[in-house]
Amino acid sequence: MYSRKILSIVFFYFLILGNTHSIEPDVFVQSTVNRASKILSENLSKEEKINQLKLIAEETVDINGIGFYTLGTIRKNLDNNQKKRYSELFREYFLKSFSSRLSEYTNPEIDVLSKEVLSENYTIVNSLLKGTSERPEVKIDWRVYTKNPDNPLIRDLIIEGLSLARTQKEEFASILNSNNNDINALFKTLEEFSKN
Amino acid sequence: MIEYIIRIAMIKKILIVIFTTLALTVNVNAGSDGNLILKKNEPSEVKDCFEKLNRATFAFNQALDGVIFKPVASIYRKLPSPAKTGVSNSLENISHLLTIPNNVLQGDFKQAGINTGRFVINTTLGILGIFDVAEYLGLSNYEKEDYGQSLAKFGVGPGCYIVLPVLGPSTVRDTIASTLNYLGGDPWYNVTINNDTQYFKNSDYYYSKGAAGVDFRAKNYDSIENLENNSLDFYASVKSLYLQDRQQKILNSRKIINTQDDSDWEEINQ
Repeated sequence: MYSRKILSIVFFYFLILGNTHSIEPDVFVQSTVNRASKILSENLSKEEKINQLKLIAEETVDINGIGFYTLGTIRKNLDNNQKKRYSELFREYFLKSFSSRLSEYTNPEIDVLSKEVLSENYTIVNSLLKGTSERPEVKIDWRVYTKNPDNPLIRDLIIEGLSLARTQKEEFASILNSNNNDINALFKTLEEFSKN
Repeated sequence: MIEYIIRIAMIKKILIVIFTTLALTVNVNAGSDGNLILKKNEPSEVKDCFEKLNRATFAFNQALDGVIFKPVASIYRKLPSPAKTGVSNSLENISHLLTIPNNVLQGDFKQAGINTGRFVINTTLGILGIFDVAEYLGLSNYEKEDYGQSLAKFGVGPGCYIVLPVLGPSTVRDTIASTLNYLGGDPWYNVTINNDTQYFKNSDYYYSKGAAGVDFRAKNYDSIENLENNSLDFYASVKSLYLQDRQQKILNSRKIINTQDDSDWEEINQ
């Protein structure tokens, strides 16, 4: 009887402990957005902003997952060395493209509005980028990967219904198609982009 | 000359008969198989049959954009917000004239009624559409419709992807469907160019189309610049975005979760 009680206490202790560490996807997105907005509104050089945004991206975005999604079915034909090489090149490409895209904005205001749980692994967080005198308001949905609830990760941005990951996937497919599906051609393009 | 006019009238009649027949016969299935429509319009399924020609036209359009649309849009976006909103609203108001018949063709009579109400209110109380009074009165959520979308709803696939000079990305289906605008299907074209109503000039139509192009370019100014600078293949990015947008419009959904197949994501959940 006594041991059953202890077991129950231990069980509930871990249950409560576990729950306190899990992060709700909408809270996670809002806090990520707030961190990025703070950097963008600070009086920093563009270079410094880019570096700090890269750090946030490495922490909050599933770069590896996006990379393999973007590669499409060809990923199944790659050997381990090619996969490793691709992951490295994609990381460099992604961080450069992501941070330079964001660094153009000054103090973007994004409000998280709601969330929709798609499955155990995915939640879509709906948000709104407030309009300015130069651009209209923009709906942004975030595909958050929640397999590990303690460490949610962003896998896609869906802007006004248009998926960035999907666009990138079709862009990569186009490069591969015009080079007879030669992965080295994609490696070269990624390398050139990161160098420039 | 008379023979030529008769021939044009015949072609017009034949096209209208084909379109109406198609509408009546296929409309039975419209909306009943959303998944089929979704699959048919899936961006990755749309073939780029004329890629070389498309890329050349795309380069031409980019050059044209650099010389005309981009400079004009950069000036336009500096106008005060109320002026830009007024232009945008009045252009949107004109687009109701094409949307309403397509709401009817798609069997969406309720939306046709709402959009007719929007058009009447905004044209009168909203002073030729400059103010979106209808939205204040609760008639919101306006979605543009065209003959390409109606054909897609009838189950017609997009065919090949094509890039048109000046007009930009399209598909074979949407290009063919857009010819209906010039064959009596667009009331705005009818009152400005097709018929001499004495209230409008031909130039009103062309100005409205040019203004719509500039308005679109100005609204997306930064996004287009950003995309161009950060794309590995700008042509492929534009093609993907266009086809995704088209798919959303056909399904009248802004929700990616209803329209995107998640299987590819699930596969990498290692």
